Amino acid sequence: MNTLILRTVAPYLTALMLLFSVFVLLRGHNEPGGGFIGGLIAVSAFAIYGIACGVSAVRRAMKFHPMSIAASGLVLAVLSVLPSLFLGQPAMTSQWYAVPFLGTAIDLSTPLFFDVGVYLVVVGAISSIALSLEERAD
Amino acid sequence: MPLFGVEATFWALLGPFVAAALSPILAKTLKHNASWLLSVIPALVFLQFLSFVPGVAEGQTFKASLEWVPTFNVNFSIYLDGLSVVFALLISGIGTLITLYAGGYLKGHKNLGQFLSFLFLFMGAMLGVVVADNVITLFVYWELTSLTSFLLIGFDHLRTRSRRSAVQALIVTGGGGLALMAGLILAGYQGGSFEMSELLNSGDVLRNSPYYTPIFILVVLGAFTKSAQFPFHFWLPNAMEAPTPVSAYLHSATMVKAGVYLLMRMHPVLGETSLWMTVLPIFGGITLLVGTILGIRQTDLKLVLAYTTVASLGLLVMLTGTSDPIAIQGAVLYLFAHSLFKGSLFMVVGTVDHESGTRDLRRVGGLFKAMPITGTAAVLSALSMAGLPPLIGFVAKEVLYDGTWHAMNGGLWTLFAVLGNAMMFGLAATVAVKPFFGELVKTPKSAHEGPVLLIAGSITLAVLGLIAGVFVASFGHAILSPMTAAILGTPFNKEPHLIPTSLSPALFLSVVTIGLGVLTFMYMDKLRSLTIDILRIIGWGPDKGFDQALNGIIRFSAWLTPAIQTGSMVTYMRATFSVITLALFIPMILTGNWPSLSGLGSLYIYEWVVVVITVIGVYAVLTARYRVTAIVLLGIQGFAVALIYLLFGAPDLSFTQFMVETLSVVILALVMTRLNLKPTDARSSKGKVFDLSLSVLCGAGVSMLLMSIVQLPFDLTLSEFFTQYSRSIAHGRNIVNVILVDFRGFDTIGEISVVMVAGLTVLALTRVRSKTKSNSTTEN
Repeated sequence: MNTLILRTVAPYLTALMLLFSVFVLLRGHNEPGGGFIGGLIAVSAFAIYGIACGVSAVRRAMKFHPMSIAASGLVLAVLSVLPSLFLGQPAMTSQWYAVPFLGTAIDLSTPLFFDVGVYLVVVGAISSIALSLEERAD
Repeated sequence: MPLFGVEATFWALLGPFVAAALSPILAKTLKHNASWLLSVIPALVFLQFLSFVPGVAEGQTFKASLEWVPTFNVNFSIYLDGLSVVFALLISGIGTLITLYAGGYLKGHKNLGQFLSFLFLFMGAMLGVVVADNVITLFVYWELTSLTSFLLIGFDHLRTRSRRSAVQALIVTGGGGLALMAGLILAGYQGGSFEMSELLNSGDVLRNSPYYTPIFILVVLGAFTKSAQFPFHFWLPNAMEAPTPVSAYLHSATMVKAGVYLLMRMHPVLGETSLWMTVLPIFGGITLLVGTILGIRQTDLKLVLAYTTVASLGLLVMLTGTSDPIAIQGAVLYLFAHSLFKGSLFMVVGTVDHESGTRDLRRVGGLFKAMPITGTAAVLSALSMAGLPPLIGFVAKEVLYDGTWHAMNGGLWTLFAVLGNAMMFGLAATVAVKPFFGELVKTPKSAHEGPVLLIAGSITLAVLGLIAGVFVASFGHAILSPMTAAILGTPFNKEPHLIPTSLSPALFLSVVTIGLGVLTFMYMDKLRSLTIDILRIIGWGPDKGFDQALNGIIRFSAWLTPAIQTGSMVTYMRATFSVITLALFIPMILTGNWPSLSGLGSLYIYEWVVVVITVIGVYAVLTARYRVTAIVLLGIQGFAVALIYLLFGAPDLSFTQFMVETLSVVILALVMTRLNLKPTDARSSKGKVFDLSLSVLCGAGVSMLLMSIVQLPFDLTLSEFFTQYSRSIAHGRNIVNVILVDFRGFDTIGEISVVMVAGLTVLALTRVRSKTKSNSTTEN
């Protein structure tokens, strides 16, 4: 599989897929998508990059250890539970704030942070599995 | 919370835990002198409970409560009456003295801080047991005492014997604790309340409940294991592996009395039935005799005391079991006296051991001149234990004889009591006379009086025993009568007297006891060799039985584990799928609810296309030559399912299914390359046929299950709720995602935690594999 064509295309393909995964993550609340699917797309992107350029290249590209990414995602998801508690509401009651931005309004919400957390957990954990298995296959 | 009054008791309950946290720090800087400072905390706790004595003496009770788990009626509530206040006073008072003693006993030990910390943890737990009102709170503290006892017995964890004793004590008392939990919950449901103070008023409800017998058995199991009643008595003497402060505190004065406390506490609820008045006195009486007889065998002073403790606990259970008011007053007096004299005697033995280097009663003698204060404490305590005037032990014995004499079946219980007390007399005399009087025996260390830290506790308790005996009338009014009343559940005003008011049978029984006791003491050596011979002939005891049971469990698991865990992946898969198949078919066969097969053929043309793709996929998998090819081809099935989702209007699911399928193929292929498998299938044709039929059955089962589910009338409640509120409550149009991140977000937290753990596990597994591999390569 380690062909010249794949190796040339892989970085661009990976970048595009990662961009797409973030797009899918963010549209999730209203259109098909969400953190879980987005995360899986990102993992496939890394998988392609890994098949083409090797595990160490992927690890370099990810900067952090995949499990650290997953752990930070879990922390983010749990943190997004807390605001409702401080406001005296049942845990996980969603909080919404419309932030004005260049004439339009961006809805920021705790479910968004929660979904980002899900995304990070999926990206981190699954790519950690794939990478650790692939590493030995080298 | 306020610093005074009932609510302040919560602070008092917290105190020992604070001390536990401070101990390691203080012990590091102040060494053994830390116990001076630390003993202030239990002393303050003692004062807090002392402030309740006047109120309790007038028959008041005190309650306070904090919410804990209100949904399940579990409160952190406390209840102070005569019974709990006396126990709390004993725990905190003796605890103060033991803290000092521990500092002296473990002076220079590198783990002194840790030891004091464990001791305070126990103190906190034990206080909780006796003041808890809510039965769940009581149970939690109860188990905490078992755990801290485990830590303290195993304190010298480098010795095999202490580890074994610690595990034994934990298994016996912890196991009893579980029975107790079941009993308390059952009692709570039958009595309609989980607060002990309310249960106490529903005694008749419980006694007439059909669950009375199970409740009784479970509660009694808890009490008997904790209070070392026959046949669970064996763990207590083994627990003497712990340092002496622990033996003095936990295994004589406080923890082992938790079982007796429980029986006394539950007496108004469970007592006065024929079951209660038969089982308890019989087991208590047997424990009393077994304890004293086994005590005669011992030459180790500490073990002598341990067995007499078993005997005393048996006596207490027997007296509580008679349900006779006077006998229970006797139990109260004896419990109080026992805590004083036994705590003191343990500390004396510890001091003798510490200063002379041995505690074998054949190797010590004539120490009184060298250790006058310790000797005085020993004599006073032994007099109390032997039941001689003017000590509290004498009053206790008079009252308890009076009680057993008048109780139902009193003759038998009186016989038990007299025999037990006579042997106890002999043992008390041995413990006091052998080490301190007679000819001076050369000991490993030249003995001299211990430091203040070591002697303060024993002499204080011994003198208290004397004072309590002389002023027993006022003691009785302030402390002991309220306790008796609390156990009986009715007011009780008969006050004990030091000097017998009339020539009663009790006085006569006392004389008989003393006579027999003197005989026991005189022929102690002969009796000892006799019991040793008899026990050798029996040759088996519960202690040995415990080991045999434990070995049996280990052997069973050694046989079971390799039988289940064969290490063959094929076996695991076959087992898993067989169970799934059974789980699918058995309900259908038993209920006869087979799905109807109508409406199967009416598919649209594009649906038929999916079916054809699936069939081609299956064919391709079956004919694939290499495993990796088969895995990749299996992906076709997944994509076909994704197509079905798409056709039925579930883009989210379909989307996810595509990604999951792709990634599973990638990961499976990676796993395959790592496993040392032959590239082609190596199963025998017989095995292949079995696997094929299994997978066909399993597949058919799943299909039929799905068909049955689809044929059920569809409940729209949830769908309608989500459709209706997804936009208005959760601000989202994609219902699937809204459910995931908002409506059922808590589930998602659980799921991503699972993903996280799975990731960590795989990481760990691959690392282990690569490590063993690198090892084997270096060996080659």
